[in-house]
Amino acid sequence: MRITAFRWNPVAAVLTLLGAMATLWLPFLRSAPNRMVSGEPLGLLQVLQSIPWAMGLLLGAVLLGCVMTSVARPARAVLWLQVVLACALMGLLLTVAAGFARQLALIQSPIARTSLGGAFWSLLTVAWLLAADALQRLRAGAVARTVWLLATALPVAMLLASGWCDELSIMKEYANRTEIFGAAVLRHLQIVGMALVLTIGLGLPMGWWLHLRRSAFAAGFPLLGLLNIVQTIPSIALFGLLMAPLALLAASFPALAKAGISGVGVAPGVIALVLYSLLPVVRGTLAGLEQVPSAVVSAARGMGMSRAQIALQVQLPLALPVVLAGLRTATIAAVGMTTITALIGAGGLGAIMFEGLFSSAQDLVLLGVLPIVALAVLADTIFKLGIRQAQAAVHARLANAIDEVPA
Amino acid sequence: MIEFVNTGKSYGTTRVIHDLNLTIEKGELLVVIGPSGSGKSTLLKMINRMEDHDAGKILFNREEIYRFKVRDLRLRMGYAIQSVGLFPHWTVERNIATVPQMLGWSQDKIRQRVTELLGLFQLDATEYRKRFPHELSGGQQQRVGVARALAADPEVLLMDEPFGALDPATRGVLQLELKRVHQASGKTIVLVTHDIDEALRLATRIVLLDQGRMVQAASPLDLLATPANDFVLNFVGRSDIGIKMLSLKQLGGLARPEAAIDAPSLPQETSLRELVSFMAASGVTRVNVIDKQGGHAGVAHAADIFSRPPSNKAGLVKPGSA
Repeated sequence: MRITAFRWNPVAAVLTLLGAMATLWLPFLRSAPNRMVSGEPLGLLQVLQSIPWAMGLLLGAVLLGCVMTSVARPARAVLWLQVVLACALMGLLLTVAAGFARQLALIQSPIARTSLGGAFWSLLTVAWLLAADALQRLRAGAVARTVWLLATALPVAMLLASGWCDELSIMKEYANRTEIFGAAVLRHLQIVGMALVLTIGLGLPMGWWLHLRRSAFAAGFPLLGLLNIVQTIPSIALFGLLMAPLALLAASFPALAKAGISGVGVAPGVIALVLYSLLPVVRGTLAGLEQVPSAVVSAARGMGMSRAQIALQVQLPLALPVVLAGLRTATIAAVGMTTITALIGAGGLGAIMFEGLFSSAQDLVLLGVLPIVALAVLADTIFKLGIRQAQAAVHARLANAIDEVPA
Repeated sequence: MIEFVNTGKSYGTTRVIHDLNLTIEKGELLVVIGPSGSGKSTLLKMINRMEDHDAGKILFNREEIYRFKVRDLRLRMGYAIQSVGLFPHWTVERNIATVPQMLGWSQDKIRQRVTELLGLFQLDATEYRKRFPHELSGGQQQRVGVARALAADPEVLLMDEPFGALDPATRGVLQLELKRVHQASGKTIVLVTHDIDEALRLATRIVLLDQGRMVQAASPLDLLATPANDFVLNFVGRSDIGIKMLSLKQLGGLARPEAAIDAPSLPQETSLRELVSFMAASGVTRVNVIDKQGGHAGVAHAADIFSRPPSNKAGLVKPGSA
């Protein structure tokens, strides 16, 4: 791809500038003699002084490469180089940080803590965005782009798995909680999954029903209004509101209590998530159905298709992209909000995060938050791909009626 | 084939069809025309029960349509609408196969039928079969729409302003094609339009509606020659009614059995309207008429255009009127 207006790639240049500023002004690492005290900030240059010079040189070279590719004209080769460099940069950043942590543990004491600082995170983000930008400019297909972007994170994943990073504070927190962590991720997914299944089960029919009733009710039919009001209730308040009735239910019907319903725990969490997720899903379903050209439905009816056939073969496939868009919003919000359900004893990654917050252990907070971010990004990516596929299947942009080309 | 007996239809308190009595014969190409809100579309939709009549009867093959299952009724009637309504997520083939598939035809039979229908509408089957609707031009989409309506060889074809959204040139081509398909298949076709020229060009009979009442039902020539009242006269276009009549008549009917003269020659199926235009442009008052095989079929005189000689077969049914 050629960009004629710019001789250089403005996005990459701005990203590089931001990275440089972060490197100058933010600490790359923080080191502390033990877990309880807050660490002493260390800039990137200080860190480089105390690790093998070859590693530092390599990091410097890659950084320089990133700067150069970001001001060069974005030809295909330059863009691919940028992807490779960004990938290498992510790996090297972690290698250097972890290397420093190992050295500190060796020289000072095994309980010394090395935490990742602002500059580290900034550079990591910049590298990731550089790769994403370059892949976008390379005009790869949606699937290819996603795969490549995930592939650039491969060195980081390998480093984490190799044990090289075990002296980093966050990995130490992880080591202390390996079992809890796995269970927390599973529980998190479980809560989100249950909420989504219920939301789809309720939201699709609700959207459908609203679509059918559209003529019978004014636009402001109470259901959407109700769901809108639910959205304005702060999540913690909603948990509180659900606690009493659920506890009462469980007390009056032991069978329900046996099935896991109680005032605290997963049940109120899932119910609250469903209440929040319903609005985007119902709205998405309704909007999706509304944008199916009425001529298409009318033609289907006129040809003798049954209601079920029209719904399954015509309306649903044509509405799917918009329905999925609603579901995407709901899912990402649910992944985030599940964190809060930890407060009412539902568990999940939120539990780790809150434990960190309450004991002011920054790295423990990160251990809870980072996987949540990763899950949200992953969910977003998967839905984006799904929406793209659904759109391609119905030729979304060109589907309407007759175009202008004469016969 | 289809009979309306004192048929009526209301939306709430508004009566949209009053006391309609009309028999549509097998093989007719009946065009229902009228201004907006005249009930023409409702009339059409009552036939396949997209709308239900609430007074009188509608008979299909001499049986009240309420006795049929809606689905069966619709499967026996092809249906094509203005904005085509092709399924955008299905290929041309799958679109055309909609009704045959519901009827449980075999894949082979469906394939064959699709090829046949695409051929009928002059679309190359190998090229267009796997295309999606958005990859077709407007005219091609409409052709596929009509092909889809014809797919299961329905007894009746219902068309609701099928060419309304097309540009004039494409519309003209498709009108000719429809006329050809009608003549070749002998299908009963009911077509709704608001375009009087389309009605005159296509119809074997025209039904003119106004405010839910049938004002006149007549062949195109009769409608022009003996308009029932001022409404009809205005609707068909008071000032150029003669020109419209000319366009319905062919040169062949005008030919005097005379030997060829030194003048231009025109084929016998040339319309009189074209003939007048040709004569005015080239400054002649006589032309030779050529038959389909290219042989001499007589001489047409300008004077005969306006004096209606008794030998004119395409002439008016009721002389002396208009």
